[in-house]
Amino acid sequence: MEFRSQLGRVRGLGASHEGAHHFWVQRVTGVALVPLLLWFVFAATSMVGADLETFKTWVGTHYNPVLLILLILAMFHHAQLGLQVIIEDYVHSEAIKITSLILTKFAVVLIGVCAIFAVIRMTFGS
Amino acid sequence: MTMRNRPVSPHLQVYRPQITSILSITHRITGVALCGGAVLLTYWLMSATYGAESYANAQAILGSWFGRLVLFGVVFSLWFHLANGIRHLVWDTGRGLEMEQLRLSGLAVVAVSVVLTLVTFFAAYSVGG
Repeated sequence: MEFRSQLGRVRGLGASHEGAHHFWVQRVTGVALVPLLLWFVFAATSMVGADLETFKTWVGTHYNPVLLILLILAMFHHAQLGLQVIIEDYVHSEAIKITSLILTKFAVVLIGVCAIFAVIRMTFGS
Repeated sequence: MTMRNRPVSPHLQVYRPQITSILSITHRITGVALCGGAVLLTYWLMSATYGAESYANAQAILGSWFGRLVLFGVVFSLWFHLANGIRHLVWDTGRGLEMEQLRLSGLAVVAVSVVLTLVTFFAAYSVGG
């Protein structure tokens, strides 16, 4: 027996009101993070104990700032999506849930922009 | 509207722990730990833009025994979440969902993340001491 309206079925957005979009973006950012993180762990390991000049030069050299910014974007987006699921699973009060969802989004954007801005500053030499 | 005390998640205590459920919750916990790791990465990057003193400070904090312990946890979380995330992507294609396959891929994820964590730390110690 079909209880859904024909319009609802055609829209395909389901109970979440956003369809499979969250699921899909979580997967796409996850896929992007695989090569970015493999590169980053290798690079970060080589920077252990590096002095300031060496580190700054490394951040600003060649494709490094581009990869770092891509990493930060994908990582913080993926983190926000993951934290959202955890909050939706475990926080049952509607008011606290909405508040924490908004606060997480603000925090993720704030910290992510700080990280990107630091990469840009080092790339342009300050 | 009357609020009824319906059972809500998490209700983990009714299940016997199994490798599938243990790795599932570990995926979640390591994901949260990696949010802390992302904050540490931001701190590391920002400290370098505030000059030699703040960068030396960050190195001293991250290089202390406690900093190394935290980084060890972050590195393990990273490898675990990465390996188990790839396991998730395989599941999304509809493959590897038989019980025996789940058990074997789970054990593989644990083995891979432990080995890669040790390799990463060995590399970090030989680079930076």
